Amino acid sequence: MSIIENHKTDGQPFSENPKLKARDVRVFYGEKQAIFDVSLDIGANEVIALIGPSGCGKSTFLRCLNRMNDTIDICRIEGEILLDDENIYAPKMDVVPLRARVGMVFQKPNPFPKSIYDNVAYGPRIHGLVHHRDELDEVVEKSLQRAGLWNEVKDRLHAPGTGLSGGQQQRLCIARTIAVDPEVILMDEPCSALDPIATAKIEELIDELRENYTIAIVTHSMQQAARVSQRTAYFHLGQLIEVNPTDLVFTTPEHTLTEAYITGRFG
Amino acid sequence: MTDQSLSTRVKVERSMARRRRAETRFRLYGMASILFGLLCLVVLFGNILSKGLSAFEQTVLTTDIYLDKDFLGLSRQSPESELLNGDYEGLIKEYLKESMQPSGRSERRDLYSMVSVGAHWQLQQLVVNNPNLLGDTVTVELIMDDEIDQWLKHDHEKGRHGRLSEKQTEWAQQWLDEGRLKTRFNVSFFTNGDSREPELAGVHGAIMGTFLTLLVTFALSFPIGVAAAIYLEEFAPKNRITEIVEININNLAAVPSITFGLLGLAIFINIFGVARSTPLIGGLVLTLMTLPTIIISGRAAIKAVPPSIREAALGLGASRMQVVFHHVLPLALPGMLTGTIIGMAQALGETAPLLMIGMIAFVVDVPGFINDPATVLPVQIFLWSDSPEQAFTERTSGAIIVLLAFLVVMNTAAVMLRRRLERRW
Repeated sequence: MSIIENHKTDGQPFSENPKLKARDVRVFYGEKQAIFDVSLDIGANEVIALIGPSGCGKSTFLRCLNRMNDTIDICRIEGEILLDDENIYAPKMDVVPLRARVGMVFQKPNPFPKSIYDNVAYGPRIHGLVHHRDELDEVVEKSLQRAGLWNEVKDRLHAPGTGLSGGQQQRLCIARTIAVDPEVILMDEPCSALDPIATAKIEELIDELRENYTIAIVTHSMQQAARVSQRTAYFHLGQLIEVNPTDLVFTTPEHTLTEAYITGRFG
Repeated sequence: MTDQSLSTRVKVERSMARRRRAETRFRLYGMASILFGLLCLVVLFGNILSKGLSAFEQTVLTTDIYLDKDFLGLSRQSPESELLNGDYEGLIKEYLKESMQPSGRSERRDLYSMVSVGAHWQLQQLVVNNPNLLGDTVTVELIMDDEIDQWLKHDHEKGRHGRLSEKQTEWAQQWLDEGRLKTRFNVSFFTNGDSREPELAGVHGAIMGTFLTLLVTFALSFPIGVAAAIYLEEFAPKNRITEIVEININNLAAVPSITFGLLGLAIFINIFGVARSTPLIGGLVLTLMTLPTIIISGRAAIKAVPPSIREAALGLGASRMQVVFHHVLPLALPGMLTGTIIGMAQALGETAPLLMIGMIAFVVDVPGFINDPATVLPVQIFLWSDSPEQAFTERTSGAIIVLLAFLVVMNTAAVMLRRRLERRW
């Protein structure tokens, strides 16, 4: 099952109502190429799951979507990624407002060493989204409610965010991200550090968030991909092998590699 | 199978004895090194304290002296300029001559030399502060010369003359028997500047000089060092030039301190014309010396901030500067302060570079600002240790105690500050 030269993605990589469009994206770490000509649409208000074995480039691809790879010196990106038909890698593009539009939730919960309130309030504060304390309180409450954390923390908003449990911390991070009201949320294995109960809560949350946001989620759990996503993209060694509606991918995969992966023959 | 596992267990048991011995040995080595360190510390402090504590006491002679208006040529209405110029020295000599009845010139000279030259300033101060005392008999504790001081502190119990003559010893013993000669807390050690007379020499000038010099050092090196560390760690592109800068900062930390003194002399004094022997130039030179320490420790502190915090802030759309000032700096500040404490402690004890920029000058006046001539505590210690008078030996140790106390106070303050800044979550 070696790498296929110039593989053309099977299935339906393009969407009718795309929010994000990636075209011929190639990513290099120094000399090493990590992603090969990936073209993929992420539709508005859909949850797309990126799956594949470790090191296949799915996280790298995800981090390209809000230019988080800029922080890595040796990382070089070719091709274009369009957010609402605007190339985010255009020279005049400023990453600060871009990241306000495309938020990110990381693999490990990473709340700031500040209070719960300040964690959620940080984004609105730096972007100047609110002007009064009352508005900020409202944004914090709303974000925590949508993240399903409000009832658990409303009595201790000024307690440290790092004192919460792992699952609560991750929901705090999600609340922090949606407080900025982004258009797209990228999630990089958001449940890999959580127990099944916390995972279930986050998955439920993702389902609710879909109404307002476009979500791309990287996951190692195929059950999770099946549960939360509408489309699934399978990456293999830096190539996008197949993109199809999730139920199709898990029942009748087009490509032999996809089939091998989801049936557990490797990965 | 059972035999196999049993023999493994036996093997492990056997190796355990060896491992336990090795562990015990290692613990003993550790304890021995700590004990050795403590012992050195105890010896050092014991030695300095035993030699230096006597510097905090000064021998005085309680004297009832008549402030003779006619002898001084002053009246209670005299203006201050005249009051300052009265012949107080003569008055003391007259008093000594009458009370002790020396015979002959050399005995008189011996007698007069037993009282410090500072004694007549005591009278002068007394009169200037309150001219109404003129014509009255006042009780003053006249400061005695350092030779009497040393005799009383070290020699008389052992029945030795020390550096006193037979006659001087006799007089001193007589005052002692009358209960007039005694030691009291040496206030002037903390209120006077340097002096050629040990009994008048104090560390006030050196303390102020040290304080002002360190103030300049801190005010310059902390912001510059922190800014350099932040720039190098967070903003500088990783290329050959940054690498060269990094290597040279590390080299700079290892440069012998006297070199910085030469640099200060050549550049700050000769080219920029900064006045020599001032806390300003001292602070500039010590800044050069302290900067590498602060930069290196600052970078280490910044590196220790978890990258996940940076990613979280970047992911929310914080600019790089916001990431640094909202998240990285608050977390790195305690570590940066630790480096600053170490750097400032080094600067506090530094002598060599200051010698090159004239801070070894004999400065009597207490500096009031950073452009006044000054010296610092370590240089003062160096100067005194070089003086021939025996009394300067104990003052040297006394000044060392003051320097150590300065260090302890400074470090305690810094540690407390760091504690406050440290986040508990």
